[in-house]
Amino acid sequence: MTQPQRVLSYLDALNEALAQELAADPSVVVFGEDAVGGHGCDGTMGHAWGPTRGLHNQFPDRILDAPITESAFVGAAVGAAATGLRPVADLLFVDFAGVCFDQILNQAAKLRYMVGGKAAVPMVLRCMWGTGMRRGAQHSQALYSLFTHIPGLKVVAPSNPVDAKGLLAASIQDDDPVIFFEHKLLYFGSRAVVPEERYTIPLGQAKVVREGDDVTIVAIGRMVNEALAAAERLEAEGVRAEVVDPRTLSPFDFDTVYASVEKTSRLVVVDESNPRCSVATDIAGTVAENRFSSLSAAVRTVTGPHAPVPFSPALEDAFPPNADKIVDAVRSTLPSSVTSKAS
Amino acid sequence: MATESAGTLGREELIEAYRVMRTIRAFEERVHAEFGSGELPGAVHLYAGQEAVAAGVCGALVEGDYIASTHRGHGHAIAKGCDIGAMMRELYGKAGGSCNGKGGSMHIADFERGMLGANGVAAGGAPLACGSALTAKILGKRHVSVAFVGDGAANQGSFAESLNLATVWQLPVVFVVEDNGYAQATGTRYHLRGLDVARRAEAFGMPAAIVDGTDYLAVRAAADAAVERARSGGGPSFIECKAGRFFGHMEGFDQQGYRGEGEVDRLRAEDCLVRFTAAAGLSTEDVNGVDVTVEAAVEVAVAEAKAAPAPEAAELLTDVYVSY
Ligand SMILES: Cc1ncc(C[n+]2csc(CCOP(=O)(O)OP(=O)(O)O)c2C)c(N)n1
Ligand SMILES: [Mg+2]
Repeated sequence: MTQPQRVLSYLDALNEALAQELAADPSVVVFGEDAVGGHGCDGTMGHAWGPTRGLHNQFPDRILDAPITESAFVGAAVGAAATGLRPVADLLFVDFAGVCFDQILNQAAKLRYMVGGKAAVPMVLRCMWGTGMRRGAQHSQALYSLFTHIPGLKVVAPSNPVDAKGLLAASIQDDDPVIFFEHKLLYFGSRAVVPEERYTIPLGQAKVVREGDDVTIVAIGRMVNEALAAAERLEAEGVRAEVVDPRTLSPFDFDTVYASVEKTSRLVVVDESNPRCSVATDIAGTVAENRFSSLSAAVRTVTGPHAPVPFSPALEDAFPPNADKIVDAVRSTLPSSVTSKAS
Repeated sequence: MATESAGTLGREELIEAYRVMRTIRAFEERVHAEFGSGELPGAVHLYAGQEAVAAGVCGALVEGDYIASTHRGHGHAIAKGCDIGAMMRELYGKAGGSCNGKGGSMHIADFERGMLGANGVAAGGAPLACGSALTAKILGKRHVSVAFVGDGAANQGSFAESLNLATVWQLPVVFVVEDNGYAQATGTRYHLRGLDVARRAEAFGMPAAIVDGTDYLAVRAAADAAVERARSGGGPSFIECKAGRFFGHMEGFDQQGYRGEGEVDRLRAEDCLVRFTAAAGLSTEDVNGVDVTVEAAVEVAVAEAKAAPAPEAAELLTDVYVSY
């Protein structure tokens, strides 16, 4: 008889990865604001709300609470990483990178290069991103494009619990600084059967999550689900979309995207972040530059607008791409005979 | 601790102080109930318990003065005279909200009233208050700026830099740290090692007072002194107010297991409104008169907010720049 398969949320999958890496490697140390929760209070301990919840029970000496001092503790992660630890620091919302950007931009990213390879910075900076929680302009951004722009940083953005666990483990084991993007709507909204054993998913490896030969849709993070919903609808119209989840934004697996575009000849890139100088334009531009002859239509991007994220639910819901917008973009790449058949 | 007898404030001022605190309390309790019923979206941090701080500090201010607030900003906004109807519409993300629904609870602002905004980033308001103080100084206006900052946010680098800049430039700014004992689920015993933030402010070279934040008259006395000093060119000051929050860190998020046994009961026993009523010698009639009006105003604010339309879809792409 087979065991009933174990379903985990994205949040619990991340928690399991942290627990397994902490157990496997005594140099792993985890810190952030309320990573434990309850220090300096009269009540009970253990009030982290996110993926670090409960870890202090098993690893009391390696889960540290930090005061609201992002510059100091992100910088400390760099220094600790360069001298023998594998820190996993928690920025909470990626928007707070604003108060500690130097530590990421000038310290973490460049240390190894500046010292001629004499040091490495094996740290992970975990952060929440994305729209959908009614958190307003300073708690809803999708800033991975900023970090992808910076040589020396690796950038990971998993779209589901299985990848989240394997990519976080790989990020912790990786010898370079990794900025790890966790979409806040996926924490509880994404659940899957997740293997119990410790495993990694290599950084820089995209995944074809749905096969098709009419159009390639590359989608990032939560947008993978929207792309799959769009593909489902397109299928009913006789259009077979291939959906590629890059999973890692830096390094980026262009080969998988090229192979898909060579097959489909059309590319739509879906990215929740602002449109200018973005991962979406980077993918679109790089494919156009290197696979121009494979393309039979202009590359399309479906992104958020060039605006901050509004609070009002009515406005916020109009901000990110969704299946409707993706379907429209795909149709615009198809020859008019197909489009008219579809509509 | 600074104290002031109610005698130095006139009866009208005392009733006005009560009205401000009562409005904050009624607003927050109603928001708590509305959030609980699932109708209110967003990240909402309630100010109940700390009313005497906002009311006492803003009571020392006049029109033209500025405040920069925090994520827990409703009390500051109300005390600075913001319209609770517009605030409530903002909380619901509706047209006609303080920020036309674009900001929400964490970004309520009213520049006409000198309220430079709640802030989603810890200590984000402190440098802004230095800026509005610089404006007053350069333009030769006698306006004072106040930065409200939580105990947790006081650990932020930008706050230390603001204290330093304000002393170096001798800015007319008052830093008000509200020590409510917690930064989310971490206590000050841990994140400040139990030390008063006032010691840091002193080290930067400004006078620093510590007051009981549930005592309106004490807060007001300290604020009057600091504001007068700033207004007369004496430079920045610092006030640390100790007052607990009655609710959790954020609505719908916090089980509050980090609190000690009976802690909220003890906080409520020190209710600033009750203390003030006694200290100010307000009669039951005085109090009831205000309470009835305030409750009615909050009721109207909620009803109007619920009935208000959502912002126009086109608003998504306005206010990004001055030009669009
Ligand atoms: C730079 C930054 N880091 C972290 C946060 C997340 N955060 C929001 S409120 C809060 C606690 C703030 O505590 P305190 O300043 O004491 O204010 P209180 O909530 O007690 O009013 C934290 C950590 C933030 N908003 N900004
Ligand atoms: Mg606090």
